[in-house]
This record gives sequence, C-alpha cells and structure tokens, in this order.
Amino acid sequence: MGDPRITAASAEDARVVAALRAGDEKAFLALVQSLNAPMLRIASVYVSSRGVAEEVVQETWLGVLNGLPRFEGRSSLRRWIFGILTNCAKSRGVREARSTPFSDLGPQDDQDEPAVDPSRFLPADHPRWPGHWSAPPTGWADEQVLNKESLAVVEAAIARLPVSQREVITLRDVLGWSSEEVCDSLGLSEGNQRVLLHRARSKVRAQLEKHFDEGERR
Amino acid sequence: MTRPVPQDLACIELVGLVTDFLEGALSPDDRARFEQHVAICKGCAAYVLQMRKTIEASSALKGEGLSAAAQAELLRLFREFCR
Repeated sequence: MGDPRITAASAEDARVVAALRAGDEKAFLALVQSLNAPMLRIASVYVSSRGVAEEVVQETWLGVLNGLPRFEGRSSLRRWIFGILTNCAKSRGVREARSTPFSDLGPQDDQDEPAVDPSRFLPADHPRWPGHWSAPPTGWADEQVLNKESLAVVEAAIARLPVSQREVITLRDVLGWSSEEVCDSLGLSEGNQRVLLHRARSKVRAQLEKHFDEGERR
Repeated sequence: MTRPVPQDLACIELVGLVTDFLEGALSPDDRARFEQHVAICKGCAAYVLQMRKTIEASSALKGEGLSAAAQAELLRLFREFCR
C-alpha cells in the first residue's frame, strides 16, 4: 500500500468514527453532506445515469455503516469510504454493461493520440521552423473560461473520455486529490497516472478551444 | 516516464511535455529547456496558460449533492443501525 503518512486515518477521522459508533446523527449528516457531491461524481464515472449513481451512493453508505465496527484506521476515513464506493460503482457498471449493447460502452482507451492536432504545426522538413506552431493558440480570459457555458463544455468533454482517463482527471482536477492519493486509490504508477492525466487534460483543452473558436465565428 | 527533451525543443514536442512540466516530473535540465522555450515562444506560452486554465475550469465544476429525500432515507438507515 501507499505511504502511511498520506493514507492513515487522522485524529479527526478517529473523532468522526467514534461519534458515528456512538450514534451521533449530526456527525453522520455532516459526513454525508461533505462527501455526497464527490461521491456522486465518482459513481458517475462508472454508471450510466444520475439515478443509478444515487443508488450507488446509498448502497455505499449502507456498506459504510455495516463496515464501521471493523474500520481500523489503516487508511483515512475518506479513502476507506471511496474504496467501498468504487467497488459498488464498478460492480454496478459491470451489471449495466451486460445489458448494454457493446457499441454503447463508450470510447476505448486510445494509445498515442497527440495532445494537439499535428496539422497545427509546421512540417518536420520545414527549412526554418520544423515542428513549430503554424496555427498557435491564443490567450483566454479568465471570465471566458469560467462562465457557465464553458464549464458545461468541460463537463461534457470529461464525460466523453475513456473511463481510465475520466477516473484520473475527476479525482485530480475536479476533486483536487493529490497524485499520491490518486495513484494509491486507483493502483496506478506515478508515470501511468501522468500519462492518463495528460491525455485527459489535452482533450478537455482542445474542446474548450473548439468552443471558443466557434464562438468567435458566430 | 520522463523522456529526454531534445536540445532544440520544437513546439510539437513541448505540448507533449506540459503535464510532466506542471507535475514537476521533468529533470532539472529538461525543465530548464522547457522554460527557455516558453520564455521566447508566444504560442507555447499561450498553450501552457490554456492548460492551466483548463485545470482551473475542471476544479470549478460544481457537483450536486443527494436530494433531501435521499438524505432523509440515509438518516433513517443510520438510526436503524444505531439501535
């Protein structure tokens, strides 16, 4: 397993677990409220609809309550809960896939797709500037990137990624986990995680760029 | 995973290294070459900034929580468990 400094339960975790075991409803609701949104987001990586994702989250809390007497604090409370969640969501996703036509399963993981369309660069045999931009990117204003429309583009771009890339970008960029936490929780090497993150971010960037270019032409 | 960065880094190669750069995974030499290129190349400087803003946009996505009914159901389960 990973570095114990990163994953072991904190004093705060111990306090929360003790409160839950003592039947403290406030502590339970506070935990539910703090983890709900990220749990739904992670469940949605593996299952097809919001409704099923909600069921997975409910099932996870049931698993958490069942497992609470045996929680030993070898990992953080959050990691432990997300482990249960991922198992529930994946097995639900597998069951869904069995009843889904093969073509609906989403994109397969691509191998070496370039970060940027190669036609944006000058050819390798260009006499002066081989491999340099022929159509360079432009500056983006903050308010342009963070408006509602752009965020919807980002959301849709992430939803279209292959699962392995969606897992990594969701945990790292959307939920803000550290690379150590993500590697540990998904069983990835640092290098592998970086490759998946790079592909995911590159595609989301490309979708944003496409969205802004289309906006300019309108 | 870090590949050696060619002495004369072309833009088409740089875009493949942005995540390694942002993650602090380049060797000191490669990092220096990357930074030198970005310092003199407007296109790549804009590209790195676009990637940073893409990350910022992902982190700004809002998630919805569970419905009030679902939370009430969880609380009921919790009470049952504590009996």
